[in-house]
Order: sequence, then C-alpha cells, then structure tokens
Amino acid sequence: MWNWLKKWYHKLGSPRYFYEITGAWLPWVWPLAVLTLGAGLVWGLAFAPPDYQQGNSYRIIFIHVPAASAALLGYVAMGVAGLVALVWRMKMAEIMIKAIAPFGATLAAIALITGAIWGKPTWGTWWVWDARLTSMLILLFLYLGVIALQNAITDPRQAGRAAGLLAVVGVINVVIVKYSVQWWNSLHQGSTIRMTEESTMPPEMLTPLLISMAGFYLLFACIVLVNARSEVLWRERRANWVRRELSNVL
Amino acid sequence: MTGFAPTLARELRLGLCARAEIINPLFFFLMVVTLFPLGLDPEPDLLRRIGPGVVWVAALLAVMLSLDQLFRRDYESGALEQLLVAPVALYFPVLARLLGHWLLTGLPLVVLSPVLGGLFALPAAVLDELALSLLLGTPILTVVGAIGAALTTGLGRGGMLLALLVLPLYVPVLIFGAGVVGRSLAGYDVDAVFALLGALLALAVSLGPLAVAAGLRISSGD
Amino acid sequence: MSSETCLLQAHNLACERDDRQLFRGLSLTAHAGECWQIVGPNGAGKTTLLRVLAGLFTHYDGELHWHLSGDFREHLLFIGDRPGMRAELTPLENLNWLNALHGLDDADPWPALASAGLRGFEDVPLTQLSAGQKRRASLARLWLGEQKVWILDEPFAAVDAAGVATIETRLADHAAAGGLVLYTSHHAVGSEVRRLELGP
Repeated sequence: MWNWLKKWYHKLGSPRYFYEITGAWLPWVWPLAVLTLGAGLVWGLAFAPPDYQQGNSYRIIFIHVPAASAALLGYVAMGVAGLVALVWRMKMAEIMIKAIAPFGATLAAIALITGAIWGKPTWGTWWVWDARLTSMLILLFLYLGVIALQNAITDPRQAGRAAGLLAVVGVINVVIVKYSVQWWNSLHQGSTIRMTEESTMPPEMLTPLLISMAGFYLLFACIVLVNARSEVLWRERRANWVRRELSNVL
Repeated sequence: MTGFAPTLARELRLGLCARAEIINPLFFFLMVVTLFPLGLDPEPDLLRRIGPGVVWVAALLAVMLSLDQLFRRDYESGALEQLLVAPVALYFPVLARLLGHWLLTGLPLVVLSPVLGGLFALPAAVLDELALSLLLGTPILTVVGAIGAALTTGLGRGGMLLALLVLPLYVPVLIFGAGVVGRSLAGYDVDAVFALLGALLALAVSLGPLAVAAGLRISSGD
Repeated sequence: MSSETCLLQAHNLACERDDRQLFRGLSLTAHAGECWQIVGPNGAGKTTLLRVLAGLFTHYDGELHWHLSGDFREHLLFIGDRPGMRAELTPLENLNWLNALHGLDDADPWPALASAGLRGFEDVPLTQLSAGQKRRASLARLWLGEQKVWILDEPFAAVDAAGVATIETRLADHAAAGGLVLYTSHHAVGSEVRRLELGP
C-alpha cells in the first residue's frame, strides 16, 4: 500500500502523467460536482424548514458556510503544496499553488459577501466585526498576497517556490489569526448571534448543508484541475507530447 | 554559530554608515502617531481608548517600511550570493542580520513609545506595559516582515507588494500587542497575554530565520 | 597532485530562465589542474551557467556532479559579476566578513589586497574606488583561502593591462597547483586554457 502510494505520488509529480490522468477523471468529476452542488443548494434554499428565529434569511448559510470552509481548506491545501514545492522541488506542486489561489480567493470573497447579505437583516448592518467574518477577511488578504507575489515574479519556477513559501508561512499564521481574532472579539464586544450553531442544527438543515459543502469541494477540485491542466500545457509547451496533444485538438 | 558575530558587527557598522535609515523610521513613527489626534479629536478619553492601537499600528508600519531595504543592497552588491555560496548554515548570519536591524530600528521605537503613550493621555501605569508589549512585539514584526522582504528582494518594486504580503501576517501580533494595553486599562491581569506574546516571539525567532533563508535562496534564483 | 583527478562532470545540462531557453545539451568534464574559459555572445547564458555550477541556480535539467568531499561549498571560491562587497564598507571590512563566513579567520587580508594592487586603499570605502579597483578588491580573495575550485564571472572586466597580467598569472598558478578554474571572459588568455563555447 505504502509503496503503491509512493509510486503514485512520483507519477503525479510528472506533469504529463497528471495531465493524462486528470483528463480521464474530469468527465466524471464535473457532472458529480454539478449534481451534488445543485442538490445541496436546491434542498437548502427551497425545501429545508425555515429557522424559528431568523425565518428564511438563514438560508444563505447553504452558500456562506460551504464557501468559507472550502476557502479555508483551499488555503491549507496550498500550504501543503507549498511545503512539497519547497522540500521536494516538485514542479506539479508549484503548479497546484497557482491553480488554487484565484478560486480560493473568490470563495473567500463569496463567503464575505454572503456574510454581509445575511448580516443586514440579522444585525441590521452589512458589516460587523464578528470573529468569523474578520478571520475570513484576513484569509482573503492572505490569498491576495500569494496571488500578488506570484504575479510579480517573471520566472515561473521561482514564482512557484516563492508563493509556496508564503503559503506555508500563511498556513501557520491562519491558525494564530483564528485564535487571536476570537480573543480580540471576546474583548471588544459581547456575544452576537452566531451564524451557525452546528451542535443545535436539526438534521433537516444539516443534511443539505453537508451536501452543499461536498458540492463546493467538488467544484473547487474541478476548477483547480482545469487551471492546473492549462498551466501544465503552457509550461510544457515545448515538449513533444504537448505539441501532439494540441495538434489533435486543433 | 558560524557567521553570527561577524555578520552582526557588519550590520551595526553598516547602520552607522547610514544613520538616516535609523532616524527616519523614528520620525515616521512620531509623525504618524501625531496625525491621529489631529484627524480625530484631541479629547483625552478618546485618545486614551485609541492610544495603544495607534501607537502599535504606527510602530508596525515603521518596522515594515524599514524592512524594504533590508536585503536589497546585499542583493544588488552580490553580497547575498556570497552568503549563499559560503559553507555556513544560513540560519545564524540571517539571525544576526535581523538582530542588528532590530537593534537599530525596533529598539529605538520601543524606547520612544512611552513618550507617545503620554501624548495619548495614557496613565503612567500602563506606559511600561506599552513599552514591554512593543519590546516583545517589534522583534516578531522584524522577523515576519523579513520573510516578505526576502521574497521581494530580487524584484525592482518592493514597497507596496511587501505591504500586501506582510500586513495580513502582522494581524495576530497587532491584536495581542495592542490588546495588552487595552486589557490593562480595563483592569484585567495581562501576564497571560505577555506570555502569549513571548511564545509568539520564540516561534518567530526559532523558525523565522529558516523561512527568511529559504526566501533569500528563492530570490537569488534557487 | 594528479592532474587526472576528475572534479566536475556535467552531462546534457539545459537551462531556461524567465521562459527563455538559455543553453541545452551542454556537457563538460573538468579535471584538477585545468583552466576553463567559457565564451559566448551576450545572453548565451554564461553567467547562468556559472551560477548553476556554483549551486546558486537549481532549475536546470540534466546531471551535474562535483567530485569533492563533504560540503561542496568548502571547496568553492565564487566571484560573481557583482563584487559581493558592500559599497559603504572598506575592502578590509568586506574581506573580513567574507573570510569569517569561509572559516578563514586567520587569513591576513593585507598582503592579499597588496597582491591585488590595492596597497594604500585598504581603508577607503568602496564608493570612493574606481570600477577597476572594486574588481581588484573582490579579486583579492584569490590570494586568500585554499579553495580548490574557482568560479569567476568576468574577472578581467574593468581591470587595467597590468592587473590582467597579474590575475592571469594567478589563475595559471592555481591550476598548476592542482586547482580548477572556470571563468567567463571575452579576453583571450594563454594557450593552456580550454574553451567552452555557449550559444548558437
């Protein structure tokens, strides 16, 4: 099992193998993502029961929570890819960082916007310095830093490793940010209405939420794979297999 | 420890060659802090409430701006690549550089901070805590900022990009550092927060130079 | 010292930078006692090749082996296209720092600076020296330390005729003593030198 994993890891490190195997996966993963996401959202937005306190406005959590959790997971994945890029100098890891960052930032922004939309009827204002929203804002900033650094460096391999180092430092920071913001929040304001109280959420709400989360993860995975595949083609454009691949398409 | 003492000595000597780079961050610190009462309202109660945060934000910006030049001249003169081809572990020379930089820019900010706290009508009792929070916090700002400085050294334009990379990383230090004084003013015990800042400092000093070294290697083409 | 000792083997090196192919299919076998001049038009990748050989630039394809014991950097003296010295400091202060990094705390920089032709300028900050003098200051390291492998990027740039002769002699002496010298220059040096041509 271990040997098999190791072999697979080395194979995935080859851009060509990555391109070929993900080409075989994508026709399956795309429909799965669309179906799961559709099911979760339709169930959550149309069929789940209204909240006894917040009525229907709470339904935005079926977008907000999955987006926030996928954004966080994406950043952690980027940090892992960064570590691999730094330690084992794997080209594919550098490509993955570049593939994850833009959509991760988009998800963080979606989480912030949906949070604001939810805040208006609930808190009476678009923005409250709530611990979760503030952490999400910092996460968005961390994503923007990685993207900005990646764009500033012209050499693609150097850019990949630089972004990787920043992502690793950022992941350590994310943990500290989370606790510091919670501490700061408890200092400056009393308890606000929590956006989600997972423990008290009835199964009729929790199930569509979990399905929607799975849908967001799958969608994220698809978009990352598509981004990574186009980056592989660009970086390997001088290789023979890419020329063959492209001449088949054109 | 190879390379620590000579690098520190060199850093201090370089600092003496460019005194403006030591004095300018201090003036910047003083001026930014002065802008707030002018832009808001010099009412003592308000000043007392915003004082710790303002002093901390100004110190943070002063440290960050001073870091932009930290490795640039070494990069341009080729001294950085000499460091990379030398048979030494990068950790100690890097640590020495950071210590030297902090002694020349961070420490003066700490020394000046009680005066600025006084301008913000902070009671004498918390001025020590303000200075102590900066004493623990500014080295963290130097180390974390140096990671960003290392990564942007080879790029012509530093400044704004450095801020984008580094400011989000500064959030926890700012929260705990400024929070210490806020809590103390509200009458809480702050030993635990100081301990936390100390832990962050230990983390930054032990791991930070490794990240800075990796950043320097990447910037020189590794 | 046997001149047959192989120190460097490079096979099929290829390098691209900023998405531009610099060189490819480059092979080189260098022995102790040899002096290699790397030539090629501007932009052919001479500096990058030296940086690859010195371990500063690692994004290359192909194989590169140094046959040296322990940490390769202990055997390496690398002087890049930039002096490696801070302009605010004097040649003496710069050399002291570089010596400390290389564990040469006992090496005396004074005679080395004199050999490099900088007698009387030891205490003058580099900003006040001419381009040729700056170059001589960094080349003073050729008279310090006992590194076996010298990698020099344009050592003769901005140096006057007398200085060029001194450095040529020094390079030849080092090779004769069993060292290996790899340098870039457009300047044709004695017949003993092997040439590696880069570029189209």
